[in-house]
Amino acid sequence: MTDALEDIFRREAGRCTATLIRVLGDIDLAEDAVAEAFAIAAEHWPATGIPPNPGGWITTTARNRAIDRLRRESTRGERHLAAHRLHTDSMDADHNPELDRLDELAGVVADDQLRLMFLCAHPALAADAQVALTLRLLGGLETNEIARAFLVPEATMAQRIVRAKRKLHDNHASYRIPRAAELPDRLHAVLAAIYLIYTEGHTATSGQGLTRTDLSTEAIRLGRTLVELMRDEPEAIGLLALMLLTESRRPARGDASGTMVRLADQDRSHWNRTLIAEGHELVRACLRRNQPGPFQIQAAIAAVHADARTADATDWSQIITLYDQLFALRPHPVVALNRSVAVAEVHGAAEGLAALEVDAATLDNYQPYHATRADLLARAGRRGEAIDAYDRAIGLTTNAVERDFLRRQRAAL
Amino acid sequence: MPQYLLSVWHDDTFEPDFSTPDAQRLAAQVGAFNDDLQKAGAWVFAAGLHPASSATVVRSSGGDVSMTDGPYAETKEQMGGFWVIEAADLDSALQWAGQAATACEGPVEVRPAQG
Repeated sequence: MTDALEDIFRREAGRCTATLIRVLGDIDLAEDAVAEAFAIAAEHWPATGIPPNPGGWITTTARNRAIDRLRRESTRGERHLAAHRLHTDSMDADHNPELDRLDELAGVVADDQLRLMFLCAHPALAADAQVALTLRLLGGLETNEIARAFLVPEATMAQRIVRAKRKLHDNHASYRIPRAAELPDRLHAVLAAIYLIYTEGHTATSGQGLTRTDLSTEAIRLGRTLVELMRDEPEAIGLLALMLLTESRRPARGDASGTMVRLADQDRSHWNRTLIAEGHELVRACLRRNQPGPFQIQAAIAAVHADARTADATDWSQIITLYDQLFALRPHPVVALNRSVAVAEVHGAAEGLAALEVDAATLDNYQPYHATRADLLARAGRRGEAIDAYDRAIGLTTNAVERDFLRRQRAAL
Repeated sequence: MPQYLLSVWHDDTFEPDFSTPDAQRLAAQVGAFNDDLQKAGAWVFAAGLHPASSATVVRSSGGDVSMTDGPYAETKEQMGGFWVIEAADLDSALQWAGQAATACEGPVEVRPAQG
C-alpha cells in the first residue's frame, strides 16, 4: 500500500496542486491542501481500498479541506472573501459533482498543469528558482529532496522556493497559458528548465557521483507530461527525444568502478535500445513537421550517435550539418565548440582546433572548452600544449569523476 | 488594479544634454511611450530625475534631523527616472517595461507596489 500510495503521489501530486492553485488562487494554500488530502488518503485507503480515480479523489478532498479551513479562518478579511467566493461555487460535501464530471474536466486539469509549468518557469524568476519550483510544485518533491539533489543546504533551497513563490505572489503573476505571441519565448523557458533538471541529473555539476538518476527520471517524466499537454509543439517533442536518447547511454557512461567512459569508448551493447527506439520515433515525428528548433536538432544529433553501432561508424558529416543548422538558430560558442569536435573527426585534429579557436576568448572559463582543446591538441601531436590545456580543464572541474577522467587522459600523454 | 514602479537606471555620470539629437530622440521616444500609457489607462505618475549628485539624504534619530549631501546609495548606477503604472498582472507590467526600456534605451526595473 505504501508503495502504491507513493506511486500515486508521484503521478498525481503535480496535477492536483495545479488544479488547486486555480481553485484557491494561492500556491501555499494549494500545497497545504494537497498534502492534507494525501495524509487522509494514507489513513483511509488501506481500509477502503484505492478509489477508481485517485487523482480526482485527492483533488476533491483537498478542495473540501481547503474550504473548511478557509471558513475556520474567515475572521481574517481576505480569507473571508476567499471562503465566500469558494462557497458560492463549491459543492455539497456528500455529493461532489466535480468528481462525477472528471472526464469532462480532463481538459481543464490538463490546462491547469500547463498553467503551472509556465508559472514555475516564469522568466521573471532566476533559472535555479524556476528549476526548484518546478520540482517542488509539479514534481511533488520535498524541499529536502531537491536540496540533496542540487547539493545545497536544505535551508538554502527552502529560502529559494519561498522567495520564488513570494515574488510571483507579490507581483500578481497570473495563472494562465501564454498567448500565441508570447508562447515561443515562454515555452522555451519551460523547456530550458526541464532540460536543466535533466542535465543536472545526468552530469552532476559537483560532488562525487557522476549521475543523480532521480533528477533525470523526474525531468523525463515532466517532458512526457509536456508532450501530452502540447502535442503540436515539435520543440517539446524534441526535448523529450533528446533526453531519452541521452538517457539511453547511461548504462555505458560509467564502468564498474564508477569511472567515466566517454562516448567514443563506450560499450554500445549496453545502450538502452528501448529508449533509443522511442527517441528515434520522436525525432522522426519532429522532422515530419518541418519546424526545426534547437532541441529537435540536438535530438537529431543524439540520434545520429545512437545509429552508429561503433564509434568509427558515426556519420560525422551529418553531425557537422546538424551543428551548422543549430548554430544558425543559436549562434552560441558552446555550439561552435561541439561542432569543432565533429570537424576534427571528418577533417582531422588541426581543422578541429582551427574551428575551436574562433571563440577562444568567450570560452576561457568553460571546462569543456579546455577538455576538448586538450584532446584535439594531443591528437594533433602537440603534447606540451595538450598538457597545459588538461591542467586548465582539471582546474575548472568540480565533479570528482570527471576530474579523475581528465587526470588519466593527461597522464596517458 | 495592481501598481508597479518602473525605474530607469543609468550611469551616475549620465546627464542628458537636450540640445543633442540623441537626447531629443530619447525625449521623443519617452513622450510617445507616455502617450501610450495614458491612452491605455495605465498611467499613474512619472518623472525624469535630476542627476543623483543633486540628492540630499535626510535622517531622523530621536527627533534630531540630520542631512548628508548626495544620494543614499553611493553606487555607480543610479535611478534616472520612473513611472508608476497600473497593470492587470506581472506579464502586463513586464510588457510595459519592455516598451519603457526600448523608449529610454536603458534597463528598467519592475517592482510591485504593496496593497
